[in-house]
Amino acid sequence: MWDLSTHAIDTAKLRGATYADVRVMHLRQRDLTTKNGQVGTLAQSESLGLGIRVLANGAWGFSSTDRLTREGVMACAAQAVSIAKASALAKRSDVVMAHEDAYIDSWQSPFRKDPFEIPLETQLDLLLAADAAMRVVKGVTLTETGMQFRKIDSWFASSIGSRIHQSKVITGCGIAATSFQGDEIQKRSYPNSFGGQHALQGYELVESLELLKHAPRVADEAAALHSAPQCPEKKGTVILGGSQLGLQIHESVGHPIELDRVLGQEANFAGTSFLTLDKLNKLRYASDIVNVVADARLEHGPGLGTFAYDDEGVPAQCTDIIKDGQFRGYLSNRETAHLVGLQRSSGTMRTESWNRLPIIRMTNISLLPGTWSYDDLLADTDDAILMETNRSWSIDDRRYQFQFSTEIGWEIKNGKKTRMLKNPSYSGITTEFWNSCDAICKFDHWTLWGTPNCGKGQPMQTMGTGHGAAPSRFRNVRIGTAFSNQ
Amino acid sequence: MSPKHKLQNRVKGHGSAPGGQLLAERELRRVIDTVLRVAKSTAAEETEVHVDETCDALTRFANNAVHQNVAEQGLTVSVRTVLDGRTARAATNRVDEDSLRAAVEASLSLARSQPKDPRLLPLPGRQRYRSVDRFKKQTAALTPEDRARAVRRACDLAIKNGQVAAGIFSSGQSQMAMGNSRGLFAAYRQTRAEFSITMQEDPAASWAKANSADVRDFDPQELAVRASEKAHLAANARELAPGRYTVILEPAAVLDLVGFLFYDFAATALEDKRSCLNDRIGTQLFGKNISIADDAYHALQLGAPFDGEGIPRQRVVLVDRGVPKNLVYARSAAKRAGKKPTGHGFALPNEYGEAPMNLVFSGGDTSLEQMITSTDRGLLVTRLWYIREVDPYEKIMTGMTRDGLFLVENGRVTSAVRNFRFNQSLIEMLRNVELLGPAVRATGEESFEMVVPAMKIRNFHFSEVTKF
Repeated sequence: MWDLSTHAIDTAKLRGATYADVRVMHLRQRDLTTKNGQVGTLAQSESLGLGIRVLANGAWGFSSTDRLTREGVMACAAQAVSIAKASALAKRSDVVMAHEDAYIDSWQSPFRKDPFEIPLETQLDLLLAADAAMRVVKGVTLTETGMQFRKIDSWFASSIGSRIHQSKVITGCGIAATSFQGDEIQKRSYPNSFGGQHALQGYELVESLELLKHAPRVADEAAALHSAPQCPEKKGTVILGGSQLGLQIHESVGHPIELDRVLGQEANFAGTSFLTLDKLNKLRYASDIVNVVADARLEHGPGLGTFAYDDEGVPAQCTDIIKDGQFRGYLSNRETAHLVGLQRSSGTMRTESWNRLPIIRMTNISLLPGTWSYDDLLADTDDAILMETNRSWSIDDRRYQFQFSTEIGWEIKNGKKTRMLKNPSYSGITTEFWNSCDAICKFDHWTLWGTPNCGKGQPMQTMGTGHGAAPSRFRNVRIGTAFSNQ
Repeated sequence: MSPKHKLQNRVKGHGSAPGGQLLAERELRRVIDTVLRVAKSTAAEETEVHVDETCDALTRFANNAVHQNVAEQGLTVSVRTVLDGRTARAATNRVDEDSLRAAVEASLSLARSQPKDPRLLPLPGRQRYRSVDRFKKQTAALTPEDRARAVRRACDLAIKNGQVAAGIFSSGQSQMAMGNSRGLFAAYRQTRAEFSITMQEDPAASWAKANSADVRDFDPQELAVRASEKAHLAANARELAPGRYTVILEPAAVLDLVGFLFYDFAATALEDKRSCLNDRIGTQLFGKNISIADDAYHALQLGAPFDGEGIPRQRVVLVDRGVPKNLVYARSAAKRAGKKPTGHGFALPNEYGEAPMNLVFSGGDTSLEQMITSTDRGLLVTRLWYIREVDPYEKIMTGMTRDGLFLVENGRVTSAVRNFRFNQSLIEMLRNVELLGPAVRATGEESFEMVVPAMKIRNFHFSEVTKF
């Protein structure tokens, strides 16, 4: 692979590029699903190709190819340079990047059990057994289970001399039960909605989740939701379960801190951000107990945003985003770091595949654990609604106003979890919401959740991001808005 | 010379033209034939092959300059084998014979691992397809320089007007072919061009977008002018209280909302009891002015005349004067329901079955201007954003307005308005449509393209307001 990369870089330089970086990537994926006791999807795929990004005449060009021959790579590199020169027809200034050293390294994400080596029969047997355990519950009308495994090998080379090979194994799995009764569809999922939990782990993730143990509860709750009272519409206290809080972090912290959004580069599609440059180190983003980091290092955990180097050859870092409630940092790349006067990129350039340009993406954007035990948090709460497992999510294009709904709610009265509530939802303004946080559970309850489906960029790229979170309490929140006045 | 070498020789030079160049159809057929020949020497009882090829390019601009500019070329071969009542799929982007053989064997290995599926049907035989012409040389010939020059003109307009432009200009060509061991062969190619622009006049913004198989069907500069004028109008937005309003939704806003209905018309979705049409087929669910068809052959649609199983797409009337009448069926769902397949199936194996992907709403004859003139008090909506389903049966959707929300008073636009969050049932919305514009090809960001009209709708529910 290094020969191809070197050849691509040499061609680009010969054609006039002042900088070039190349990613050769080999992606392998396996998808298994069941539905109502039958195998649904059973597929695997592999894709191998090369993408080259170049600077020529002060502007960017990118081209990709799956023709991994000398001729194919030459044509691809030449095309990238000609595209860069076309970009220069509509440039306003030359691109300049913050300094970065060259690295020669190789890294393998740790895993205990290679999911591609586990017999398919074993994997399908587990899914079909979980499916069956949900189907026996009266009132359940649809059962779904799934596993997804990925292996990604990438070889990064750049004209400053970096040569970095990274190999990652990603696993995801989950189950869900749906119940249609009367004029209502209710659903419960485990361990999370929209495919379950995903992490930079091997098959050990699947085994740790104990799908069979949770399947009957998931099905029972889906059926029971029909007879639960509707979540009321009011202002009050909300306790968010960890996975829901993970998505809250993703939407109301992770996206607004992307420096490409802040600088207007996503204005046409993903949107911009309320976190304009004047707010750095000045904005009280959250209450004093809130600390959020962007941490791509392995020591943070096996998240979907964990790596050794980003796709621009910058080592993984931990950046303070919110420190004791104050806004402290952005997600940057080498270009945007230079534009805003930072010494160095925070290492967040990531690409979905060899045929996509790396762009600024979340790594693991995590709320650091607090001090509360979960039991103490409930005992300390007089009147609240506990909301668990995301059902819908939406936020405006500058990331101020959001609304989330969850699959299930529980009334908390006088320190105790009491009755189930259906159709829970809450909404608010980002900074008001985070400033209302008055309790965060400790590390024992903290999970690094994986969001496998974050869409951004044009052409669209789907990326996995990590979000560490523990159940937390928020005061004076608007509750029940999604179903108001219907 | 083995087929492997022949193919590699023919592929030589592929990707060297600006924006790339597709293989000849015979080359795709050669890949399919190679897979079918290889599969014959394995345990596969039946084999199906899909070949997809894309050559796309996209020029992206922001802050009045190009900041990303990309091109991609790729080909994927996907193989489904059938063995003793079991099936599975494996895909690769490598077309040498060894890699194709590995894909066949991977598919067989996956297939063997599962229980028999009693509902699995034999592969379909040869079919007849209507021809559609959606490959335009002018689009395929577009160069990075062509796109950059158009972007430059749009950015110069922004600078002249004291605004900031961001957007994309993309063009590309793609083709797909499929064949199977029962002699079915289908092939299709199309071009596609798209221009989207956001003009920002801080803190306001507005937006315009178009796409087509033929780049000559839209004028990027005209879109830039429209977005620029609306961005200027959108400045000095006032805050209104949330509540129920009469709204005039421009086609892009209609598209992004009603697009969420498409899967509800899948027969499999009803079987699974996750469609909002369960127990509602044949009822007067929507207003009598709402009729919807799925029509892959409509002049404003794109897409192949066959589905993922190789079945010819049929035109299907989904809603007739407010009454849901018909569903779409993949082969398996059709057999279970005692119907004929409609050509809307996804490639097997999958758990979703089918869906209509070429929705066409019947329009009316009221222009957007006439809708505004006829409105005493209401809101004109350019575009919606981040739409998600809150309630799957009542089809309550939430989302935001974006890039141009305007107050209409006494028949004219009087001011810009801060953006709202909506929580609105689509079923209720389609009962409250008062006026329809002519149906046009609309494009947004939340749904695939459809043919939809602008709509004037009463009692649209906005629940909260944001800060801009």
